Amino acid sequence: MAMAEKTSDAAPQAQAVGMPALHKVIFGVLLAGLIVLPFFVYPVFAMKVMCFALFAAAFNLLLGFGGLLSFGHAAYFGGASYISAHAAKVWGLTPELSVLCGAAAAGVLGLVIGSLAIRRQGIYFAMVTLAFAQMVYFVALQAEFTGGEDGIQSVPRGDLFGLIPLADNMALYFFVLAVTFGGILLLYRIVHSPFGQVLKAIRENEPRAISLGYDVNRYKLIVFTLSAVMSGVAGATKAQVFQLASLTDVHWSMSGEVVLMTLLGGMGTVFGPLVGAGIIVTMQNYLATFGAWVTVIQGVIFVVGVLMFREGIIGVLARWFKRSL
Amino acid sequence: MEIALQATGLTKEFKGFVAVNNVDLSIEKGTIHALIGPNGAGKTTCFNLLTKFLQPTRGTIKYEGRDITRMKPAEIARLGMVRSFQISAIFPDLTVLQNVRVALQRGRGESYDFWRSDKILSRFDDRARAFIDEVGLTEFTDERAAALPYGRKRALEIATTLALSPDMLLLDEPMAGMGREDVERISKLIQKIAENRTVLMVEHNLSVVADLSDRITVLARGEILAEGTYDEISKAPEVIEAYIGASHD
Repeated sequence: MAMAEKTSDAAPQAQAVGMPALHKVIFGVLLAGLIVLPFFVYPVFAMKVMCFALFAAAFNLLLGFGGLLSFGHAAYFGGASYISAHAAKVWGLTPELSVLCGAAAAGVLGLVIGSLAIRRQGIYFAMVTLAFAQMVYFVALQAEFTGGEDGIQSVPRGDLFGLIPLADNMALYFFVLAVTFGGILLLYRIVHSPFGQVLKAIRENEPRAISLGYDVNRYKLIVFTLSAVMSGVAGATKAQVFQLASLTDVHWSMSGEVVLMTLLGGMGTVFGPLVGAGIIVTMQNYLATFGAWVTVIQGVIFVVGVLMFREGIIGVLARWFKRSL
Repeated sequence: MEIALQATGLTKEFKGFVAVNNVDLSIEKGTIHALIGPNGAGKTTCFNLLTKFLQPTRGTIKYEGRDITRMKPAEIARLGMVRSFQISAIFPDLTVLQNVRVALQRGRGESYDFWRSDKILSRFDDRARAFIDEVGLTEFTDERAAALPYGRKRALEIATTLALSPDMLLLDEPMAGMGREDVERISKLIQKIAENRTVLMVEHNLSVVADLSDRITVLARGEILAEGTYDEISKAPEVIEAYIGASHD
């Protein structure tokens, strides 16, 4: 939204309260599209896209609205996937409780790491988050319950609320749709709340926000934790989908990937991270036959993206249409 | 005489360099007090000490009789002592209305409620508009703050500050980099807002504060050189000397 506001002429409708009609329409179309999607594409692929869309949106909350670049978000995404896999497999919890466990663990991790990281700014902030994420990776590699190189495999899908079996991809799909879409709407609300308003003020001018009497570190810590929780929801849900928690999800390259998705789609926009996640996951999926070249192709797209449209795809569209997207 | 802000023996050292040395300062309630001095006199350091953006090496600061030496900047803001910045301190990507509203939002305490819609903030709109009118920015209400001309940004900053209804304002070079027209407009604005408040302003330029301030303190090399009304200050030989060689812009 920051990008969009920067470029729109701040027409009076920018003052309209609540969700603008345009956003309502886009969310509506998106939901309708997602409901019919599994009848046309492989549901597991669609679920993967949704999980990453939520992950990128959660990351965007921190980067685009909090102005904080974390380079360790894999810790929350992957950490939660391990906890949720463990909860489902070893503790035998239902899927929704497993996801909640993962999210709670990510929240605690975010609270601890965040409280240390927010004491530093800019590149040092990024380095601190990266360092902690590497520690989480090391734990995932060495600890007993994580299964080391193997990860946690063949996680049972269980019954939703102990009633509805999710073994079927279609049933699982609608569970994942509800979780991710709900998560994205919650993130939208956070951005458009009294809290979100102060957050934007801090991003825009931190010393000024302090001089107005705001305890900015508290806001930063809250947004960091919220972002970690929602990243955790994404990672925990992904573990349920693939019945697997693996080192890939806690690896630093995962932290990089979410940065890429967010920047490609448009940081600080509402719909950018969703588009970015869609593009990256689709590419990885359909270009998988190229093997290691996927990374090279991704790199090229990123370079072209940064050179041609620095505001990201949705950021550019928002500028063209003079609308906040 | 009632004192709003009082500093005693204020000292700030940076690795062997003394930026502010043993400064005693009393600001009377309801007056406009100016802190002036040539470049490098320690005005900004002194200002940052008083507003708690820097921690003094030695000395105490009292606001309305209360020791604020160890307080955090956000805390003193909540006590009613609000500062401005040398560079215009606005939120560039927010509209003029939103800028002022962020300050009014302080009225509800901290805004940690991330689950609530920002619709509830619209109840501050009318008061925000009143402050915007007061500084003459009515036509820019829905404009992005970054799009305002420089002088208008300062006016917006003052409107935002006023929205906190502070008892004391600390202005860091409010007229820096302004054209003559803007200087006059902001001077009038400062006079208007000082009617029922205490104002401490840091300025580089003696002539700007001449008509505006009740009392002037001149700093040079981190120490107080002179203090008094404009007439007393402008005749003091040590002040004239300090300004010779220093820039006259």
